[in-house]
Amino acid sequence: MSTSTVLYDVPGPKARRRAHIVGVVIGLVVAAVVAWVIVSLALPRVGADGSTRPGYFDWSRWDVVNDRAFWRAIGNGYLGTLRMAGIAAVLAIVIGIGFSFLRTARTAIVRVPTTIVLEFFRGMPVLLMMLFILLVFSAGSFWAGVWALAVYNGALIGEILRSGVAALPRGQREAGLTVGLTPLATRFLIEFPQAARNMLPIIIAQLVVLLKDTALAYIIGYGELLRQVSNLSNYYGEQYKLSVFLIVLVIYLATNLLLSWIARVVARRTGPGAGRPRIPRRGKVFATQALPTTAIRTRE
Amino acid sequence: MDAVIENFPLLWGGFLRTLALFGIGAVGSLVLGTLVAAMRLSPVAPMRAVATVYTEWLRNTPLTLVLLGFAVVVPNLGLAPRGVDSQTAFFILAAIGLTLYTSPFIAEGIRSGVNAIPVGQAEAARSIGLGFGQTLSEVILPQAIRMVIPPIVNVLIALVKNTSVAGGFFVVELIGASRAAINARGDQVLAILLSVAVFYLAVTIPLGRLQTYVEKRVAVLR
Repeated sequence: MSTSTVLYDVPGPKARRRAHIVGVVIGLVVAAVVAWVIVSLALPRVGADGSTRPGYFDWSRWDVVNDRAFWRAIGNGYLGTLRMAGIAAVLAIVIGIGFSFLRTARTAIVRVPTTIVLEFFRGMPVLLMMLFILLVFSAGSFWAGVWALAVYNGALIGEILRSGVAALPRGQREAGLTVGLTPLATRFLIEFPQAARNMLPIIIAQLVVLLKDTALAYIIGYGELLRQVSNLSNYYGEQYKLSVFLIVLVIYLATNLLLSWIARVVARRTGPGAGRPRIPRRGKVFATQALPTTAIRTRE
Repeated sequence: MDAVIENFPLLWGGFLRTLALFGIGAVGSLVLGTLVAAMRLSPVAPMRAVATVYTEWLRNTPLTLVLLGFAVVVPNLGLAPRGVDSQTAFFILAAIGLTLYTSPFIAEGIRSGVNAIPVGQAEAARSIGLGFGQTLSEVILPQAIRMVIPPIVNVLIALVKNTSVAGGFFVVELIGASRAAINARGDQVLAILLSVAVFYLAVTIPLGRLQTYVEKRVAVLR
């Protein structure tokens, strides 16, 4: 705290007491909200026909977790999500590399149309692209989802890689050309490896977004994790809807937080300044916490 | 092309509903996001904790899951808006979901913009004898607002595209309208979907231009 308060003087006893009181009040408000949620979930539900159902902490709302078939269905849904995300991620990186090369081509005949196509893809909702591939190319819902995610995220990764190349010192390219490499070889052997390395954390953050967006395939009817909420509550009964929903929510949160954490570790290990001793940062005007790398998302 | 002309009133209605979702979501998430950002920057630790948990939670949840929660689970809990027809009820729920989902991204945009101001600015202001209020209103905020505009416009462009997800949950916005139009004229899928794409570009491209323009106009020269 001592380094962060440039704006005001170090708080005295009065200010500290006030901050303490505010803290206690907030703690109470949060506790009250949590208590209200718990109590209202625990209350029995009255249906439209006057019948009552037990509250959400009753075992009859959760006893599906003893059923093996239930977890098999959840596992299959999760595998469906991971399969779509995995294939789409590989394709997106390949497409992104392709886009970044075409976008920086020396002839305008290649560069200008690529720029227009990229702008078009970036301005489209992914869901519309999924519907387009599903209905116009009559692909199955799996491949419609994969290709829409691959093309959309490929366009974004292409731009990330391009800005990575643009951020390199000019001497890199000049040095490559000077030792007799062709422009293309310079791009491949000198510039591209450095750009990819510098941009790796942002690319991983984009892949987290891609994983999140696989949930869109729910709407076009692909059997991924989210689909299991409606499938399983249709099969086992409406009373399990919230339970399944919460389980799916926890799985998504765990996966994405894990990936974001990996992105942060990668950023520390490979990003600019990796391997050098870490210099303590100077205090920020306001914040007392460092900005996590995942804040540099290119698309939300 | 005739299918598009035939269904134009339907698509136009969907476009207006997309714009309405965008408008509500933008205003709501700007207010909520500013509040969350202020909490995250505040010197009171519990406020920061609440804001951090809120941000990380919503940012790591897929929007489809959020909207599914609002469209399916919330009515299941008996919390759906009452006294309106189901169309309006789903619209309200989707608007709330979009607002909640977008607000942490707005908050992060504001926070990163404020954090980007070099600490020397505040030090300089303090050392020439400006007080807290003067430092903030004369030195920090004028720079922070400029820095914050580009990331926030990015979030708003994403919001325009994200309204499409509501189409999967019983809201007849552009995607919902295009599905209805495709059901009516299955032979003209390509034309209908391309016209929907044009509607989206009609919002996102001007927003992108506005961003470039504002960025150039108010850039902080260093």
